[in-house]
Amino acid sequence: MAELKPSKRFRYLFTLNPAATLRLGLWAALAMGMMTVDHRYHSLDGLRDLLSTAVYPLQTLMQAPTAIRTWFTQNLANRDSLLEENARLREKQIFLNAQLQKLTTLEAENRRLRSLLESAVNTPERVLIAELLAVDFDLYRHHILLNRGRRHGIEASQPVIDQHGVIGQIMRADLLTSTAILITDPNHALPIQINRTGIRTLARGTGHFQQLDLPHIPNSEDVKVGDELVTSGLGGRFPKGYPVGTITRVEFDPGSPFARITAKPLAQLDRIREVMLLENRTDGVTAAPAPVVP
Amino acid sequence: MTGDRTQGGWVIALSLLAAFLLSGVPLPGKLDQFRPDWVAMTLIYWCMALPHRIGIGVGWLVGLLLDVARGALLGQYALALSVIAYLTLQAYRRIRIFSPWRQALTVLVLLLIEQVLVFWISGVIGYPPRDGWYLAPAFGGMVAWPLLFVVLRDVRRHFQVA
Repeated sequence: MAELKPSKRFRYLFTLNPAATLRLGLWAALAMGMMTVDHRYHSLDGLRDLLSTAVYPLQTLMQAPTAIRTWFTQNLANRDSLLEENARLREKQIFLNAQLQKLTTLEAENRRLRSLLESAVNTPERVLIAELLAVDFDLYRHHILLNRGRRHGIEASQPVIDQHGVIGQIMRADLLTSTAILITDPNHALPIQINRTGIRTLARGTGHFQQLDLPHIPNSEDVKVGDELVTSGLGGRFPKGYPVGTITRVEFDPGSPFARITAKPLAQLDRIREVMLLENRTDGVTAAPAPVVP
Repeated sequence: MTGDRTQGGWVIALSLLAAFLLSGVPLPGKLDQFRPDWVAMTLIYWCMALPHRIGIGVGWLVGLLLDVARGALLGQYALALSVIAYLTLQAYRRIRIFSPWRQALTVLVLLLIEQVLVFWISGVIGYPPRDGWYLAPAFGGMVAWPLLFVVLRDVRRHFQVA
């Protein structure tokens, strides 16, 4: 039997534990102290680093089922489908290469023109691919954990994109993992520009994966549903011209000075698997302010 | 068997580990909003079954690991889990003799306290919950409790964890 010996059982059945309340007080005080220090002074990053390295194997283990399924589908796929996929990919590559050639000429031309104008040129140099390890348990906080960290050359404030558009930026880089804040996080604001008209504004996260708010556009501006949003490059965090989203709703409210405009991010933020991290070399742009709600 | 000596610590550690892994597995579709906090429930079980071994300190440490794993403020889950460990320790004699559904209701209350604490702190640092859905995992936990209880009880008996 797994029950306790009579003596012990007796003790624990009938004595209250007066020390428990005291111990709770001590532990709770420690927790609150840590939270304050972590939130205000960020001086616990070393401890977080250490613990996150300890938790890393567990998080990798959590990804095991997905990894196994991917392995099986890749290794047990039959020859025909592989050949077909290969052909399809080759076709796509030729197509993309052709586009890229055009782009290279355009980029060179652009650079030349810009140097004539003596304006700063932002060219992202290197792209690093990272996989999603975990999403935040907290439904309202859109943070994701990626499987690349400082050891792989990741730094805080690096922009994160996927094949459709901007996802967010690195908030904290630990040794082996890093945390990214998504553009839909309620505490994130992204400097953007409407492609058609060139209006600059901020896209603020709402806490919904499908929605961004554009709070500072006056009623008199020309904004239509379907307009594309791109990063404006202001603030220095994100390179200019990356697609962000499309406008889904425009409401002009005569009673308020600003229109109510919402947009939908192009990146599928609720089904991220792999992301790309841009190495952001911003020449000539002064240090970026932190992403805060205005 | 070995009298007052404690044994089977690795079973407790493994069950917490399993709970940790399980909490990363999404449930299908809309049900995912109700995904129980398996770690907190496992902790409640061990506090109830072995109050002389598992208590506030263990809850706090487990919570700290959760903080790191879930990207929360350091101390957020540590505080919440040490509070529910404390409450379980004060009430374990009563909880033990409850029928499974009354037990589940008690667990619901404990999990609600945990959620409220965690989201209260989130609210303080600028992430107030948008709606009432943040309490849903507690209800998921209530429904899952009888199953978890039976599984952990059998595990405890089989490995003679004391």
